[in-house]
Amino acid sequence: MNRNRLVYLDHAATTPTAPEVVEAMLPYYSERFGNPSSIYGIARDSREAIDHARDQVARAINASPEEIFVTSGGTEADNWALKGVAFADRKRGDHIITSSIEHHAVLHTCQYLEKQGFRVIYLDVDEFGRVDPAALENTITDQTVLVSIMAANNEIGTIEPIAACGAICRDRGVRFHTDAVQAIGSIPIDVEAMNVDLLSLSAHKFYGPKGIGALYIRKGVRIDNLLHGGAQERRRRAGTENVPGIVGMGAAIERASERREAYSRRLIALRDRLYEGLTERIEHVRLNGHPTERLPGNLNLSIRFIEGESILLMLNHAGICASSGSACTSGSLDPSHVLLAIGLPHEIAHGSLRFTLGESNTDEDVDYVLATLPPIVERLRTMSPLYAEFRRSQDVQ
Amino acid sequence: MYSEKVMDHFMNPRNQGEIENPDGVGEVGNPKCGDIMKIFLRVRDGRIEDVGFQTFGCGAAVATSSMATELVKGKTLEEAWELSNTAVAEALGGLPPVKMHCSVLAEEGIHKAINDYRIRNGLEPWEEKPGASHAHSDDTCEA
Repeated sequence: MNRNRLVYLDHAATTPTAPEVVEAMLPYYSERFGNPSSIYGIARDSREAIDHARDQVARAINASPEEIFVTSGGTEADNWALKGVAFADRKRGDHIITSSIEHHAVLHTCQYLEKQGFRVIYLDVDEFGRVDPAALENTITDQTVLVSIMAANNEIGTIEPIAACGAICRDRGVRFHTDAVQAIGSIPIDVEAMNVDLLSLSAHKFYGPKGIGALYIRKGVRIDNLLHGGAQERRRRAGTENVPGIVGMGAAIERASERREAYSRRLIALRDRLYEGLTERIEHVRLNGHPTERLPGNLNLSIRFIEGESILLMLNHAGICASSGSACTSGSLDPSHVLLAIGLPHEIAHGSLRFTLGESNTDEDVDYVLATLPPIVERLRTMSPLYAEFRRSQDVQ
Repeated sequence: MYSEKVMDHFMNPRNQGEIENPDGVGEVGNPKCGDIMKIFLRVRDGRIEDVGFQTFGCGAAVATSSMATELVKGKTLEEAWELSNTAVAEALGGLPPVKMHCSVLAEEGIHKAINDYRIRNGLEPWEEKPGASHAHSDDTCEA
């Protein structure tokens, strides 16, 4: 047990803000505090800083700066995209298509829209968590106004066929939104090549600050406002701008784009070594998500006969931060909707464990997990009546 | 989210493990809901001489199994039957509301093991008090 050691393996939950990003933000809390809507000198500094950040965000996804609208994060961007397009296009149709493994920011917004009279189809995914573009094509009707499919899943890391979905939506004249919160900084995203009409992103997932994100809205897309008030964001999103946050988002996305290839390569190597090492040392483990079409830093495992929260508590005791799709960690009593959607039985979904690697992780971190997790699993299995039962059934054979 | 007492009983569970040739066994819970508890009793002269448990579940499920077995050890079966889930939770310094069903499961496990002992010995099983809470109804995982 090493109480001084901290191995952070939950980068899909959030990342630390990079020091150079913090440094870029700091002046906008103090000497450059002006409200960008005012006309004096310090206000102009704020305005220019926002314009610069908007350019940085636009460049990272191959959009134009006028198509980038700042939000408070991924949740607001998802809410705005779905509600905004649904209500703006209500006269044209009442049908929305999404997938069953979206983030709750999309799923709960869709459920709200259902209450408002919209019809929503939740597409099934395959055992790896992939949406089938052919199924999407068959589900589109002349009433469909919006399709929302995530670029990559936050729990199992599966990368969705966004370009294929985008092309179908373009052909059929349906607006296409993607929640790219987990994808930005990890895999290439190009709204032109992928035929994306709306895209959500969140800065704290790529070493930027929390509480800031953006919605890309392609020129010409009809969308209602979510927030009403002042004329900020070209009258699209009211409220005094979070200038330090916006500056931080711009700096972070530029930094992430520059590093992305090397970052991905490094994480894939670390992750694969972690996966191989764990499967060598622990029996009855399965990989959740796609074997290759997955986010570089994501490793999601089901460890049979034990429960996720108890694994996390013991890992935490050893200084390892991870997460689980177990019911006990979600505040509800059902395991993750994503794990159930890929066909895992409840008891196996309860035993899931997610490691998401990031910049700070090293080979030593991987070694430490490889040394720490197997005895924890052994200990919890010794405690588990399911494992005792399994062992008895093995003995009989 | 957990008290120190809960973490202590989770990290260092008391009475963990199967008892050989037990006089009574009670298994409660449902793998679907993410928790199963199995309680083993050795009974001598109407007293719980030894008790053990196996648990599949979260930190609270392990800690309540540990505490419940501690609380009934050495007690008569009548005394052990009176152990309530709230007493288990209190002895642990409280549980988060969403975890209270774990303490209910522990109470049910003890009851089921006692009645298993009674049935094995040709006695009538005791009846649960009317209105006793249940951790799980047949097919749902409600607290």
